[in-house]
Amino acid sequence: MRFGVVVFPGSNCDHDAWYATSRNLGHDAEYLWHSDTDLKGSDCVILPGGFSYGDYLRCGAIAKFSPIMSAVKRFAAEGGLVFGICNGFQILTECGLLPGVLVRNRGLRFICKEVRLTAATRNSPFTNAIPAGAELRIPIAHGEGCYTADERTLDELEAEDRVAFRYVENPNGSLRDIAGVLNAGRNVLGMMPHPERATEPLVGSTDGLAVFRSLIAACSVAK
Amino acid sequence: MNEVTPEVVQAHQLTPDEYQRIIAILGREPNLTELGIFSVMWSEHCSYKSSRLHLKKLPTKGPRVVCGPGENAGILDIGDGWCIAFKIESHNHPSFIEPFQGAATGVGGILRDIFTMGARPIAVMDALRFGPLDDAQCGARNQRIVSGVVEGIAHYGNCFGVPTVGGECVFEPSYNGNPLVNVFALGVFKRDQIFYGQATGAGNPVIYVGAKTGRDGIHGASMASAEFTEESKQKRPNVQVGDPFMEKLLMEACIEAMATGAVSGIQDMGAAGLTCSTCEMGSRGGTGIEIDLALVPQRETGMTPYEIMLSESQERMLLVAYKGREQEVLNVFKKWGLDAVIIGRVNDDGMMRVRNHGTVVAEIPSRQLADEAPLYNRPYTKPLREVPVEAPAFASKNLKADLLKLAASGDLCDKRWIWEQYDYMVRTNTVSGPGLDAAIVRVKGTETSIAMALDGNGRQTYLDPRLSSKLLVAECCRNLACVGAEPIGTTNNLNFGNPERPEIMAQLVESIEGIAEACEFFEAPITGGNVSLYNETLGEPIFPSPVLGIVGLMKTTLPPGIAYRAAERDIVLIGGVGTANNVEMGGTQYAKQVTGQLWGLPPRIDLEFEKRVQAATREIVIAGLAETAHDISQGGLAWALAEGTFANGVGAAIQLDSELGPEVLLFHEGPSRVIVSTANLAKVQAICDRHNVPALAIGKTGSDRLTIANRGQSLIDVRVSEIREIWSTALASALHAETHA
Repeated sequence: MRFGVVVFPGSNCDHDAWYATSRNLGHDAEYLWHSDTDLKGSDCVILPGGFSYGDYLRCGAIAKFSPIMSAVKRFAAEGGLVFGICNGFQILTECGLLPGVLVRNRGLRFICKEVRLTAATRNSPFTNAIPAGAELRIPIAHGEGCYTADERTLDELEAEDRVAFRYVENPNGSLRDIAGVLNAGRNVLGMMPHPERATEPLVGSTDGLAVFRSLIAACSVAK
Repeated sequence: MNEVTPEVVQAHQLTPDEYQRIIAILGREPNLTELGIFSVMWSEHCSYKSSRLHLKKLPTKGPRVVCGPGENAGILDIGDGWCIAFKIESHNHPSFIEPFQGAATGVGGILRDIFTMGARPIAVMDALRFGPLDDAQCGARNQRIVSGVVEGIAHYGNCFGVPTVGGECVFEPSYNGNPLVNVFALGVFKRDQIFYGQATGAGNPVIYVGAKTGRDGIHGASMASAEFTEESKQKRPNVQVGDPFMEKLLMEACIEAMATGAVSGIQDMGAAGLTCSTCEMGSRGGTGIEIDLALVPQRETGMTPYEIMLSESQERMLLVAYKGREQEVLNVFKKWGLDAVIIGRVNDDGMMRVRNHGTVVAEIPSRQLADEAPLYNRPYTKPLREVPVEAPAFASKNLKADLLKLAASGDLCDKRWIWEQYDYMVRTNTVSGPGLDAAIVRVKGTETSIAMALDGNGRQTYLDPRLSSKLLVAECCRNLACVGAEPIGTTNNLNFGNPERPEIMAQLVESIEGIAEACEFFEAPITGGNVSLYNETLGEPIFPSPVLGIVGLMKTTLPPGIAYRAAERDIVLIGGVGTANNVEMGGTQYAKQVTGQLWGLPPRIDLEFEKRVQAATREIVIAGLAETAHDISQGGLAWALAEGTFANGVGAAIQLDSELGPEVLLFHEGPSRVIVSTANLAKVQAICDRHNVPALAIGKTGSDRLTIANRGQSLIDVRVSEIREIWSTALASALHAETHA
């Protein structure tokens, strides 16, 4: 499987996503430069964590205008797998690929810690290989991770089984404990926690592997 | 051009003698721009004029040292073609004036020192000192400073993408008017990717890259001169504003530009900005640099040569490219959307020549400016100390209550509120993060990890700078031993008061000599560092506060950690209970938190014995025999045992057999002691026997209580949950902050 990792100038988890997919999972991974429009034949495009363009205005507000994002939007519309992690999730909501918005953590401080998550659905290419009922230990590291949307949108997300992950103990005030959501086509996922940081025992957890293994399984079926 | 009068010279903090020296170097009177240039280069901060003489006593050589003090950062060879660059720097005064930006730009400055050498930063640590949060007069202000500093460090490091993997934080009244923010950074690179801050090859183009130059950070003292206000109507803020996104772009672009092979030398613009980078690069290369200020990207209009040369605007670099290959360099910076402008060239006459629209506005020999700053052998007497040696009568009524007091203290309580604001995992190298004895980052592409320990102890240093400094070195090395790492090099940040006071100068001299002796002994040479003097407010100096960062090497593997993992493990006290008397209790956390007094002397240390304890510990850890390993330091034996119970809630039952009185036995801070828990007692003891150090089996892990008894008499009996609750909530409640989101 081939992962494409988008590199915005202020991405800083691009290397982590690349390392997790290529080194820890043994698949192909390519960097995709933000001012290019070539997705280099990626089966899954990862929008990594970081501060895309400094994000002084609003997280992801400038990234949505970048050339690579127009290609990513087309790719998503054609059913391609798009995976936004942390800042990537913020960008996906900014450019309308996912509903809702990420606002400042309720405690108003940046939080870096390992949290526990549950997969709220296994019916997606991102969660199919996660054992039912399993709790995953995966880190978060964000200042603006409080998932917010209007009641109707939240009801809709739940009715359509599009909440992908929930926090066991809500760290940031996200409505309905939401840590990750899917688009209607179920081929776009955004999540605040960092599964790429939990792919080897040495750095604390391997629970993030299940997310990537889900993608790999979905991709091999599709092929 | 303004006239240079004796008042103007004085306002630039140059003495009449120093001014005569300038005239001798130039062979004429300097103009105002030149005077400004000399004043910043010959400031204490840039020239180390009070400390240089004594810094020479530090050991700087060793088999792994690739680059010692004098460059932007020290470099050590870690094998397999890889090197590390690391250094510590202070940003104390700015952090007091504007905590958020002061601390943020402190992080920015040290990161540039690392990547200017070609290394990618992979770890940051911080040593922080504040006034007490409950101080009757300054408490509210201290709380604001803590919040601001932590947020500033988090803002810069998190956005830049470097993990803040550890540090320490201490509260003392002596830091009420003068907090300390010392930032350590470490980067990795291949041995053939090293770049130095030197300008070579006459005719090579000099390129300015990064942020535009503004009026920020121009030396406050210089601004005060009457002549100068003619041109600058108002006082400008002296604290710079940091832009971590810009810094991230700058790093990526610099590393990419270096890889083209078109870069010959590079240096960041830190303190003294364009002035420092041009003259130091020329001096190191045995050349000169000439630039035209009209070409310098500027954020404001109407800036004078004086202002441009002295600006400390952040996120700027100066680099020298090979003639004919400049376009390759410029292209890289264009890709990253950064300003990159050729502003001059290298010459071979050794002169730093500054033009403005073609007219020469400053012309100074680089080498004399950079390297022939005044050197002072300031008089020193006996180190300042105004507390008794004799111990007052002290006795605990309730040892458990005393232990809980330590748990609630700012110095020993859980610092999670601080470090959870730092992204300590980005780049997925963090094997061991904040809150442990030593932080560990692995070096991808190798089997090697770097362990780092940061330590300082102002209270003990105040009592005896020489002895305490040796103890600091020993403690850092012991921290490294607890994770199985071997010390290989040291960086130091010497935070002291006014060196013109002989009793303060004596603190500095004795501390340096103590560090020198111990670093030599532990084979951890000094590769660079920082000296921060004049840390005084209204004549009240801070406690002398050397901070040491020692790095060690280890094979990449998970370290034991400090929290007991399972019941029925033997707890072994390597090094024994130690010896201490009441005089040596004077600088302990017990004295501070329980008796509220300071007296006496630091504990004695036998360096040979310490080394054997460390060697035994390291061998036990590397052999995988220790489930936990934790050194005994502040708070003593009882506190080290308590810390082992927190993370997993596994308690311990300890029976000691010692003649020491209970307060001393539980809380003395004598060195050369490590606690391990193990399922292999016999093997652990065999290793200790071989190293000729005692290994006392003092109890077992288990239950939900910590109990400590001596010769059958119960000293401490506390539920783990009770002490853990106090420990984990103390800092947030002292800051009146929510513990959870």
